[in-house]
This record gives sequence, C-alpha cells and structure tokens, in this order.
Amino acid sequence: MVAYRSEFLVWILSMNMPLVMMALWTAVAADGPVGRFGQRDFVSYYLGMFIVRILAGSWLVWELTMEIRSGTLATRLLRPIHPLWAFSATQLAAVPMRVIVLSPLVVVLYWVAGARLPLHDPARVAIVVAAIAGAWLLLFLVMAIIGMLAAYVESALSVFDLWLAAQSILSGFLVPLELMPAWVARVARVLPFRYILGFPVETLIGLESNATALRDLGVQWLFIAGALVATIALWRRALRRFAAFGG
Amino acid sequence: MKRVLRRYARLLAVQIRTSFTLAVQYRFDFFVEGALAVVWLAIALVPLAVVFARRTTVAGWSYPEALVVVGLFSMLKAVLDGGVMPSLNHVVDGIRKGTLDFILLKPADAQFLVSTARFEPWRILDFVGSIGIVCFAFHRLGRWPTAGHACTGLLLFSVALMLVYSLWILVVSLSFRVVKVDNLSYLFMSIFDAGRWPVHVFKGALRMLFTVVFPLALMTTYPAQALLGTLRGTHALLAGTGGLLFTAVARVVWQRSLRSYTSASS
Repeated sequence: MVAYRSEFLVWILSMNMPLVMMALWTAVAADGPVGRFGQRDFVSYYLGMFIVRILAGSWLVWELTMEIRSGTLATRLLRPIHPLWAFSATQLAAVPMRVIVLSPLVVVLYWVAGARLPLHDPARVAIVVAAIAGAWLLLFLVMAIIGMLAAYVESALSVFDLWLAAQSILSGFLVPLELMPAWVARVARVLPFRYILGFPVETLIGLESNATALRDLGVQWLFIAGALVATIALWRRALRRFAAFGG
Repeated sequence: MKRVLRRYARLLAVQIRTSFTLAVQYRFDFFVEGALAVVWLAIALVPLAVVFARRTTVAGWSYPEALVVVGLFSMLKAVLDGGVMPSLNHVVDGIRKGTLDFILLKPADAQFLVSTARFEPWRILDFVGSIGIVCFAFHRLGRWPTAGHACTGLLLFSVALMLVYSLWILVVSLSFRVVKVDNLSYLFMSIFDAGRWPVHVFKGALRMLFTVVFPLALMTTYPAQALLGTLRGTHALLAGTGGLLFTAVARVVWQRSLRSYTSASS
C-alpha cells in the first residue's frame, strides 16, 4: 500500500516540467510583460497546465502495449465488457484522488489569477469542464490508437514518443502558443495537439472569449469524433491480428 | 595495485564488447531511439529560441551563453543515457528478480560490475552533436575559452559526470527498499531536465534545491561558467569538493543498501 502511494506521489512529482517553465518565464517577464503575458499570467498559465495535465492524463498506451505484447489482453477479451470500457473505468476511477491531491494547487491558482478566472460565469464553467473532459477523452483515444499499433509493430511506444515530442511543442505545453511565431500558432489550431492541453488551459485561465472558446470546443469534439471512428475501426482489425499473435 | 587495475581494465573491455554485440543485435531499436534523441534535443532548443527572440538577456545570460549550458546539458544527458542508465536499469531489474545474486557472487567489486553492465554505443552520436552545439555557441560568441578556462571547464565537467553517476547510484540504492524504480528514474530524468537552464533563472528555494540537494548548478551551470570564464574561483573549489563528497556518500550508501539486499527468494 505504501509502495502504491509513493508511486502516485512520484508520478505527480515527475510532472514538474510546467513548474520549471513557469520559473523560466517569470524570470523572463521580470522586466516587463511578454506579449500579453505578465508574471502573473505565466504563473496561472503553467499552474493551469500542471492541473489539466494531471486531470486529463492517461497511461493507456503503456498498459495496452504491455498487454498486447505479453498476451494478457486475452483475459480481458473473455470478460463480457469491452476492454476499452474497462480501461476507461479504471482511469476515471483515479480522477477523484487526483482532484484531492490537486486541490491545494487550485487554491493557489485562484489566489494568483483571482478575477481572471471565469468562475462567476456558469456558461464558461460548463465550457471549461467540457474542455477538460474532452481533453481526457481525446488523449485516451489517441493512446488507444497508438497502443493498438503494438499488434503490428514492435516499437509502438517509440511512435508515442514521437507524438509526445510533437505535442510538447504544438500543444502549448512548453511555450504558450500565442508566444510562438504566428505561423506555428496557426498550424497548431488545426492539429489535435492543442485540444489536449493548450485549449483547456487557455479557457480555464480566461485567455479566450466565450465565443472563441465555444468554437474551439466544437473543433475539439470533432477531433474526438474522428478519433472514435478510427479507434473502433482499428480495434476490430488489430484484434484479428492479435488473435493470430497468441494462437 | 597495478595488477588489480589491469584486471579491471580488461573486465571493462569485456563488458563494453558485450554491449556492442547487444547493440548490433537490436540495431533498429537503437536507431529509432537515437533519432528520437535528436528530435528531443531540437525540441529542447525551441523554448530557448522563443525566449531569446523576445529578450537579449535572461537572468544575466545571453543567447550564446545559455546555449553553452544547453550543450553541456545534452553532453551529460548523452553520457547518462548511454553509459549510466542502461547499466543501472539492469541492476534494478536484477534486484526485483533476484538475479543480482549472480553478480554479487563474482570475484570483482559489485559496484564496478553493475555500473559497467550495459552501454548504448549509439549515444556517442548525441555526444558529438552536443559538442557541436557548444562549438556553435562559442562561434556565435566570437571568442573561444582560454587554455586555463578550458581546463577548469573540463575538470568541472568531470565532477559533473561523477555527480550524475553518484545520484544514480543513490536512486538505485533506494530501489533495494522501494521495488518500483522505473517511476523513480522517470522522476530523476524529469528533474534533471531543469539542468538545461542556467541556474540563475531559478529564484529562492528552487535555486537552493538545484544547487545543494539536486546539484544541477554544479552539473551544467558551473562548467559552462568556467568555459565562459565567468566562474569565481571559490565557486569552482566548492563545486569540486562538493562533487567528491557526494561521490563518497553515494559509495557508502550503496554499500549499506547492499547489506540489506536479501535476494528475491527470501
């Protein structure tokens, strides 16, 4: 039990990258704001990033590749429930614990960003919740798709590494997208990466107006729909392939 | 003494040969990982580029100067990925499965054996690329380090290598108690990542943390300052003794942890 708890703590601690970037950017913004980002904006942006990343985080790709390689997926297939439902249920069950651990940070965020946070506007709160839920779902589906590649190739995890590499730049994870060169920001808007991290954070700390946020939410759920179709199609094919693997 | 040294040199040669054989066996995997390392290196440069597109200096560091730190950081990372991590991950596996017994039975120093168990030769490419970054930085700077500065830089860089290695030994020692270390190594790497920035970027408690507890400053910032000729003599001395002390502590902790190792069967 202690081992599991320490593991959880270690996992949270190893998500420290936004905090390092926060330190860096606040040092940069010490002598005047960067774009429309002052020191406080950077602090709330990266706190928001930290919170969203943990809330919407998922580890499906590692589980799935491991189960496919070792063949333990077979026992899941015997159960009368779709493995992806089971996977998503275990992951969602971890969310309340994450919320408890994160709650002090939310308080800090409220204290730093205060008036900027759109808490007084119920419509906005709804958008933020939908955006975070969508971010979780989108990442989950992407991980399912890449994880199922393990039925075909050895290095599915390397593929996911590539995805992570692209995501760290194009999602606003390292640098807020609006501080990137304009063309990068524009490209990022039509790619899925931003809708996993950058977009929920931007709505959470109030960088976007309600209208833009609502439009982006539509784009996010379009991506989700696309990913869902791809997941279902690929799942059937990969499963046939997996059966060939074990039998 | 001389005979012992010769014996260990021969042992090292054998271990390296084994790793090369292994690496050639899984060529494709190593190639993919090598390519990924280059991608990550390039990505690491993005925030730097974005920051210095807006400012000429950050916390007293100009773009080329910060680039020297990044270069040294990725040199260290290459050594870590290629020479330290694979071996020590191997030990952690051994601790969990109990196969560490076989190593302990061998008539040579256990720490030496486990530390040289695996190498990833392809990481040499990363190392060369990182030297390229440092050279590019000095080229941008328009001046090269004097012989004295280069010597201090080299010396401090070897201290940095020892530090990285010792920290890793400490992590592995911990794995005798907490079995699940893959997460710990992930944590280690994520903190180590902050070393790509000059330590002066961090303020207050964070700077203390990165200087004394997890001495990132000693690993990248000080060697870089030594090369740039901006490091104070007292700092260099402190870094040197600190590094040696850390290594000694790691050795003692390792030996103590080894005593509490009970193999997987018991």
